[in-house]
Amino acid sequence: MNATSVALDRSGMVATLRIAGDITSASEGELMAGYTQAVEGGANAVILDFSGLEYMNSGGIGLLVTLLVRAQRGGVRLLASGLSDHYREILSLTRLDEAIEIHSDEGAAVAALEV
Amino acid sequence: MTITEETPTPAPTSRDGDHWAKPVDRLSAEGVAGIHVDSVTGKRVAGPLQGFGQLWQKTLRVPLEGSSMSPQQVIAVWKEQFASFWPKSGRFYAPLAGIVPGEVALLDVAPMPGSPIKLSTGIMVLYADDESFTFMTPEGHALSAWITFSAYRDGDVTVAQVQALERTSDPLDELTHMLGANRMVTAFWRETLINVGRTMGATDPTVIVEVLCIDKRRQWRHAANIRNSATLRTMRHTLTAPVRWIARRG
Repeated sequence: MNATSVALDRSGMVATLRIAGDITSASEGELMAGYTQAVEGGANAVILDFSGLEYMNSGGIGLLVTLLVRAQRGGVRLLASGLSDHYREILSLTRLDEAIEIHSDEGAAVAALEV
Repeated sequence: MTITEETPTPAPTSRDGDHWAKPVDRLSAEGVAGIHVDSVTGKRVAGPLQGFGQLWQKTLRVPLEGSSMSPQQVIAVWKEQFASFWPKSGRFYAPLAGIVPGEVALLDVAPMPGSPIKLSTGIMVLYADDESFTFMTPEGHALSAWITFSAYRDGDVTVAQVQALERTSDPLDELTHMLGANRMVTAFWRETLINVGRTMGATDPTVIVEVLCIDKRRQWRHAANIRNSATLRTMRHTLTAPVRWIARRG
């Protein structure tokens, strides 16, 4: 099992969380801390960049639901980018794609926010 | 086989590729033996985001003190004998292929404490590996939920855990939840874990329960889920049983 790393980039009101390694229920601390830092810095949109994602189990998907609920409650728009075909399928299978906007890469996600 | 329509997918390349169910548009319970009502075939899966009621996270764990089993051994037995750990108030009809990703199981459960009517519904195995497996509910199930069964090591002790992320599916189910079904579901998993603990050799299995309401809001945009309600369908089926019996007698 590889550790989760979450790096935050901010540009105006948009924050990007670059997620690398494994996402499991053990990743809660890193993921939630990154999200909290993003919104406390004033972001009203958060892009989850999954380009570095190596592994995700059902505990990891559960974390994404919790994150999504927090975002909805706080009026924060949540987007995803950099998902491989495999993880796109998982978000479709779990019907998370009905609530998280999915874009091919970060540029496309940022462009969607500008529309 | 449990999938009626399947989207073509490339071979899994990720480490977790074989652990997830393949994408499916509609579920099929063909091949599950022993069930009298199939409320699952033709339905889509529905997770916590598609539900109506408040979102709850329930974590129940039992340290297997006195047991020498590893987490992998616990999960192997749990998968193999899943139905036998259920309390008597419910019945689980396992898929013939066992608890493997993509398979559908059917079940009968009481919708309310003391209810004489059993709710017929099911689950799909969303994810399974050596240390955990996760069920996702179909449309019409009283709960829109993911339920993960896992085992892990805490120091020298193996711990068995059930974690549910659940919302009720529609306003009727939310009402029954408020009238006692919420506590009943928690008690159901608690009893299941005690049974798991005993089978795995724990000397005095004691269950630790944590219940958190993650989202107090109700998702009114999903109130129309009631059109798929297995609760209503089962009640209708039960109440019209005498009519069907008379019709059959001619």
